[in-house]
Amino acid sequence: MRRKYTILPLTYLVAIVIGGVTVVPLLFVFVDGFRTTADINNSPTGLPHPWIWANYSSILTTAPFWQFLGNSALIATVATVLAVGLGSMAAFALSRYVFRGREALFTLFVSGLLFPIGVAALPLYLLLERLSLLDNQFGVAIPEAAFALPLTMFILRPFMRAIPGELEDAAMVDGAGKLRFFVQILLPLAKPAVVTVSLLSFVTSWNQYLLPLLVFTTTSHFTLPLGVATYQSQYSQNTGAILAFTALAAVPALGVFMFAERYLVAGAMGAVKG
Amino acid sequence: MTVTLVAPGSVSSRGHSPGPSARLRKKIELTILLGPALVLFVGFVLLPIVIAAYYSLFSWTGYGPLNDFIGLHNYKIAFNDPFFIEAIEHTLILTGLSLLVQGPLSLGIALLLNRKFRGRAFMRLIIFAPYVLPPAVTAVMWSLMLQPGGFVDQVMKSVGLGGLVQQWLANIHIVLYTNFVVLTWQYIGFGIVLLLAGLQGIPAELKEAAAIDGATPWQVTRRVTIPLLAPTIRIWVFLTVIGSLQVFDVVWILTGGGPGDASTTMATYLFLDGFRSLEFGYGSAIAVILFAFCFVFSIAYQRFALRRDTAGALTGVVG
Repeated sequence: MRRKYTILPLTYLVAIVIGGVTVVPLLFVFVDGFRTTADINNSPTGLPHPWIWANYSSILTTAPFWQFLGNSALIATVATVLAVGLGSMAAFALSRYVFRGREALFTLFVSGLLFPIGVAALPLYLLLERLSLLDNQFGVAIPEAAFALPLTMFILRPFMRAIPGELEDAAMVDGAGKLRFFVQILLPLAKPAVVTVSLLSFVTSWNQYLLPLLVFTTTSHFTLPLGVATYQSQYSQNTGAILAFTALAAVPALGVFMFAERYLVAGAMGAVKG
Repeated sequence: MTVTLVAPGSVSSRGHSPGPSARLRKKIELTILLGPALVLFVGFVLLPIVIAAYYSLFSWTGYGPLNDFIGLHNYKIAFNDPFFIEAIEHTLILTGLSLLVQGPLSLGIALLLNRKFRGRAFMRLIIFAPYVLPPAVTAVMWSLMLQPGGFVDQVMKSVGLGGLVQQWLANIHIVLYTNFVVLTWQYIGFGIVLLLAGLQGIPAELKEAAAIDGATPWQVTRRVTIPLLAPTIRIWVFLTVIGSLQVFDVVWILTGGGPGDASTTMATYLFLDGFRSLEFGYGSAIAVILFAFCFVFSIAYQRFALRRDTAGALTGVVG
């Protein structure tokens, strides 16, 4: 076991370098949000001198930030509820029923993994125009839910399949119908997978930029990513304010991530194990 | 949609064949369970591509009737437009670099982090963090850090690399690679976590057995670990290529595809020359081409590389 000791310092060195490259840009944004633009321009790598709250407080006390935040939360929630609700129902049908065309149907759903939303954005725009869903929160949430379905079902179906048939038989003997078995027994048992797919679709929707960019024209409808980019071009001379805004926009994503990392990692593992 | 039943008996483990009412009931249940998801999926994922294929045959600005049928002319224009060809080249360069640089880097880091050391869980948390950040946030953050004389330049000067400082976002020979570095910062965590997950699925006994047989640590990694990791690596390659082909957010906010068209990608070209210039027929053709890139790659990749990983449902997509 001697080699363990010769390799560890290298491991730590690499870990520190990578950690630094990852963390320093984030620290830069948060810390420099406490500086005036003049201070930042004078010494880009310096610490705030003095620390000022003005950038953060002026953003937190005006409407746009909260509006963007609310829009993002609404859209991501609707998209997640739709994707996970409908996706788990369909995954249940495709895992616990036997019928002709079942595998073909599953393949059809999973083929959606080849259709990234970015590719479909322009055609989606034209479709949404026909449906009068342009500049409307649902015009973003519904397509996002649709595009979250493939991954949702890809992860949920094997999970639901693995739950032993005896449980189902026992429920039947006790007089529960199939749908009742689904709601009262299967879904609670599949909770870890359901949490994972919920988080994945929430984060994907939260981070989506292109579709909202196409769909929204009214600033008060903007989502947070759209708001950040717009804020940057509007206040291009005020670096301190942009940094504070960007930092605040990063908080929800990082916050959710801190609490949910293991579920997101489980999602990544799900992609590996199929 | 219609759902056809298979022969009774295979339906469930209950001892009797279901009667007509049970079959009807099953049909209703399946319709309730599958119908909404299918409508959503077909309507908003499959239909738009079909519509785009149809619109791409017209010269159309998005308003008024579709009556100027021009056949494949939009495709001809696209492939004769040097700017579009350049956008394809840039996209392929970004894709190739992602595979060649991020691949070995993620693998190396994942192998190191797979060792047991204090703070490993924390490390994994940190490395994965940029992946969940909205790309728009990443792009704005880096565009500020990369300003001339800004944070990145100052840091490089202070560690003695001042001579390498460039006009990161303004030099047309460099800007594409600047974009690549930012994309790597955002996405490499995903590759590392994916590979770490794969590594943790490899039984330690196999590595121990090889070590007992006299294999050096390098040989164990090279001959045992990496081959067993191959299915994970293949999935990573697939996801990376599909992601790289449609890259938009970071590039659009960081450089807008510029200066000039030095950092355009297929997706930024689609946005500018299709959407912004209100050429919806032409834009649809570009969307179809972009889709074709993803589709052809997926089929070819599944035929030749993923076929062995029969466990994954991805394999089933094209069979």
